[in-house]
Amino acid sequence: MTDISTTNTNKVEGRSLGQLAWLRFRRNKAAMGGMFMLLLIALFSFGGPFLVSHKYDEVFPSYVSVPPSLKPLPETSTLQDVADATAKRARLKLESFDVAKGTFTAKVSASSPIDPRTVRYFDRVNEFKDTQVKETAPDQLSMVLTGRVAQEYFPFGTDSNGRDLLVRVMLGGQISIAVGLAASLVSLGIGVVYGATSGYLGGRIDNVMMRVVEILYSLPFVFLVVVMVVFFGRSIVLIFVVIGAVQWLEMARIVRGQTLSLKRREFVGAAQALGLTDWQIIRRHIIPNTIGPVIVFVTVVVPHVILTESFLSFLGLGVQAPLASWGTLISEGAANMQNAPWLLIFPATFFVITLFSLNFVGDGLRDALDPKDR
Amino acid sequence: MADNMNTTETTVLTVKDLKVNFTTPDGEVNAVKGVNFDVRKGETLAIVGESGSGKSQTMMAIMGLLAKNGRVSGSARYGSAEMIGASPKALNDVRGSKITMIFQEPMTSLDPLYTVGKQISEPLIHHRGMGKAQARARVLELLKLVGIPEPERRIDSYPHELSGGQRQRVMIAMALANEPDLLIADEPTTALDVTIQAQILDLLADLQKRFGMAIVLITHDLGVVKHVADRVVVMRRGEVVEQGTRDDIFERPTADYTKMLLAAEPSGSKAPPADNAPVILEGRNVVVDFQIGTGMFFKSHRTFRAVDGINITLRQGQTIGVVGESGSGKSTLGRALLRLLDSDGRYSFASNDISHLDRKGMRPYRRQMQLVFQDPYGSLSPRQTVGEIITEGLYVHEPNLTKAERDARAVEALKEVGLDPGARNRYPHEFSGGQRQRIAIARSMILKPKVVILDEPTSALDRSVQRQVIELLRDLQQKHDLSYVFISHDLSVIKAISDHVVVMKNGKIVEQGPTDDIFDRPAQDYTKTLIAAAFTH
Amino acid sequence: MINFVLRRLASAVPTVFLVITISFFLMRFAPGGPFDLERPLPPETMENIMKTYQLDQPLWKQYIHYLANAVQGDFGPSFIYKDNTVAQLIAQALPYSVQIGATALSIALIGGVILGTTAALRQNGIIDIALMSVSTVGITVPTFVMGPVLTLIFALMLGWLPAGGWGDGSIRQLALPITVLALPQIAIIARLTRGSMIEALHTDHIRTAKAYGLPSRVVVITHALRGAMLPVVSYLAPAAAALLTGSAVVESIFTIPGIGRFFVLGALNRDYPLVMATVVIVAVFVIVFNLLVDIAYGLLDPRVRHD
Repeated sequence: MTDISTTNTNKVEGRSLGQLAWLRFRRNKAAMGGMFMLLLIALFSFGGPFLVSHKYDEVFPSYVSVPPSLKPLPETSTLQDVADATAKRARLKLESFDVAKGTFTAKVSASSPIDPRTVRYFDRVNEFKDTQVKETAPDQLSMVLTGRVAQEYFPFGTDSNGRDLLVRVMLGGQISIAVGLAASLVSLGIGVVYGATSGYLGGRIDNVMMRVVEILYSLPFVFLVVVMVVFFGRSIVLIFVVIGAVQWLEMARIVRGQTLSLKRREFVGAAQALGLTDWQIIRRHIIPNTIGPVIVFVTVVVPHVILTESFLSFLGLGVQAPLASWGTLISEGAANMQNAPWLLIFPATFFVITLFSLNFVGDGLRDALDPKDR
Repeated sequence: MADNMNTTETTVLTVKDLKVNFTTPDGEVNAVKGVNFDVRKGETLAIVGESGSGKSQTMMAIMGLLAKNGRVSGSARYGSAEMIGASPKALNDVRGSKITMIFQEPMTSLDPLYTVGKQISEPLIHHRGMGKAQARARVLELLKLVGIPEPERRIDSYPHELSGGQRQRVMIAMALANEPDLLIADEPTTALDVTIQAQILDLLADLQKRFGMAIVLITHDLGVVKHVADRVVVMRRGEVVEQGTRDDIFERPTADYTKMLLAAEPSGSKAPPADNAPVILEGRNVVVDFQIGTGMFFKSHRTFRAVDGINITLRQGQTIGVVGESGSGKSTLGRALLRLLDSDGRYSFASNDISHLDRKGMRPYRRQMQLVFQDPYGSLSPRQTVGEIITEGLYVHEPNLTKAERDARAVEALKEVGLDPGARNRYPHEFSGGQRQRIAIARSMILKPKVVILDEPTSALDRSVQRQVIELLRDLQQKHDLSYVFISHDLSVIKAISDHVVVMKNGKIVEQGPTDDIFDRPAQDYTKTLIAAAFTH
Repeated sequence: MINFVLRRLASAVPTVFLVITISFFLMRFAPGGPFDLERPLPPETMENIMKTYQLDQPLWKQYIHYLANAVQGDFGPSFIYKDNTVAQLIAQALPYSVQIGATALSIALIGGVILGTTAALRQNGIIDIALMSVSTVGITVPTFVMGPVLTLIFALMLGWLPAGGWGDGSIRQLALPITVLALPQIAIIARLTRGSMIEALHTDHIRTAKAYGLPSRVVVITHALRGAMLPVVSYLAPAAAALLTGSAVVESIFTIPGIGRFFVLGALNRDYPLVMATVVIVAVFVIVFNLLVDIAYGLLDPRVRHD
């Protein structure tokens, strides 16, 4: 009766649990917003550097600790002083100085004939470039120089070394995101294999394998990471590996727990009754069914890894200058927050937004994949 | 009980046009669609229906116990008090003192963190203002009343220290504490073994006689209804299909649905196979031990003997019904016969000795010996399509099939179990329980097995669906000359489907013989108790 | 009960032993040594130093020596704080860490449970959504961001609170570090409480309590909250161990003389004895708090019996 009638519905194509989860996820505004933000931040970090001409390690000695501004630097009013100072360095006297439409005209004089090569002094400061001699007085005691005013934008300001914070935040994003993903993959790999093996084999092997995890757990691990990073050097690869190796413990526990409960599920019993081998059962039944909780846990691991990396960087144990992660930038910002608060505010904002978004995406995935909803 | 009806005609509870809606992510669900009935003083009113009929939600709504996403409208009057829409405070004057309730799950309905004594005394303290000592004395009295052994000791026990039946007795003690006018019993015996079920129902009937309260019994079990009810309300899909006295409903049902429900009781019988039918599966002296707890480095020496020296012989075309209460070892026996767990004993399949085969050696036999599980939700992998699920065995046993051939076999198997072949592209969660059980059967049948072990295949299904699955199994047996081992706690199903019955208790066979002999002339006391408990209604 | 405690303590011995062993060899196999300065020391001086600290002996001898001393509570001299033994250093620093850690933990526990329960009782209401959004901030913003930002606002811009240092140890002096330590814990405990409370409120036995007309105060406090506390209690073990053994970040931001900074300082300077001692302290705290939590669990939940 009710039993058969519902089968004859029109749609023959079924919806898998994955498709249903995706539908549910799409309905969750916070999670979709978080995902959108993450995409924007990834785009900003990895695509941004192609749009900005500055390099992350490029130093602008003239623009040390410049506050963020949308106006181009240098400001016209300060150019006179800069030109004065430059002329002085070249042992010249600045007679007049004008700026119009991004080009400057300077009339300089000296007590002895001027060597045309002195224009190099002007190019050497960040403010001027392509300086040329326009006119030379017959006695060579004065000259008119023209060149372009180099306009630089520092929307996020610069740090205490005169590096563009915008580019550094982008770089920090690249490194933090890369560490987050790479280390999560390391932990995923080790954790899934270890946990599934332990859980599926069970018995004494399981006991011993889990005892190992327990002992590793009782080590103060953030601290061990510190020790390892200090002692084995500070390459980025090592940081990936070390953090991933710390995170796998929890992953292994989760996968083992899943495997244990899956082993008791009747569909695994049915597969055994059909005569499938262990490996076929693991491949066809165990692994596909652990995917949900594993995905959810990965969304927890990624921010955790980013945090750990930033924490190490904050303690001065992470990536080394001139490279930067959000953690190192925040650390620098914290040190300079009294006179240059933007150094703290920008990286911290990006960092916090990323963590927030990951959090929302994680919550969304959890709700979408929650087996209780089935 | 029926004579209570004539003494007074006053009603305890009047329900008018009660509606319950649930707001779910997939839309509005109308669980109860305008229900009218009343409960008379001192009577037993049974509300009968299959799962999803709204029978429980009706009473939950009246008691103000709906889930947060539920809304209720209409009217339910207790005396002069309107229960629907009453403030929690007003409700609390009635709940637990005038109207009380017991639930299906005695395991979870009591708070695991407090002693049963404290929990029974709470309604006394809050409704009657008793002091602690006074309440304790009353609790002892109540525990004695509901037949808890050693009440002085049990009063300080925690729920997990009691058996399922004892917990349900504790719930009943709590329900009686304030001598209510109405006791609502929501499937009070469903989670219990048959013999315990009968005791609890007898206790309720006995207490009703002594205290004269009305009972509303919510149940899916028509056997129970026939046994205890004065009047019956039949519900289906949130509506009352029919109501009347017990005799009206059982003797002169008017609604088709009621007739169908009554006819859904398993019926029929099976003739035994010919005497010269070959033995297909045999187990001699089957013993299964389970280890209790696993040591870290040393093997634990504490073992639990789940199956204790059982002999069983299955002939071609035969159906052996294995009956027993929970923990009797009947499921373990089934798995041992299929060589799916470590066990001692001698096993043979179609005269081949399979006692010492390892997993690999067993593989060729697997396709001829199949297993169908109880839980149609758990036995299908949620991440495979129905097509993938039912053709899985073909990967192992007929690996050379092309995709098209496999698909054709899937279509054939689905048709055979009465499902639309289009189902093979869909996922298990899109099907009802009965449909899923058909899928599980198709998975076994696609291999064309000789023996199928059916482990409570109908226990999770509603009666009407149960009947269909039993019919299906019968058809398949006749068509393919299958042999079944049918494991169940449900004697009426066993009686209908098997020609030979094995009664198990504590891992041993209590009694076995042809079905008619066992049911008509049981030799052992335990068998008699089981049958009495199951068929007195 | 006493048996249980003794058994647990006995099983902790091999764990501590393993922790010591792994840390010891891990550290020693790493390149670099405690006295590798930028300008190398003259060989004789170096030899002298090695002898003083017994670093010239074979590694296994050093290991046995260390174990033998450690059993007697002697963790050796510190390499960087030359005039102190490690035991002295820890004894000086630990009380500072414990004091702010314990205060933060108490605040977090009380605040978290109250907030979580409030949110759970009004699930999906405005208060719930507001509290949970704020707690997301608490969980996602790490201490090394929260610390500087709060300092920037409350110390530098508003000038209400001192920016750091132990000072007189008054509440006002320590308000910022305690807040920074407590905030994420409040957030976590509030979330845990809310989650388990919502679950508890949906259990069958709560339905029973309601069906028997018990006042909602009794339903919530006696029946729901006690069960809901179990996951919170489990969480307290690692949280307490971490908080009481000091936070390297918070102690360095607010210049607190606790033992958190020893983690980093010791490791950076390869001060083997100092590093070992901090590892042991953390391991012991973890073990002790796990034991305490298990005992508390047994008291809260009669199904868990320690006999």
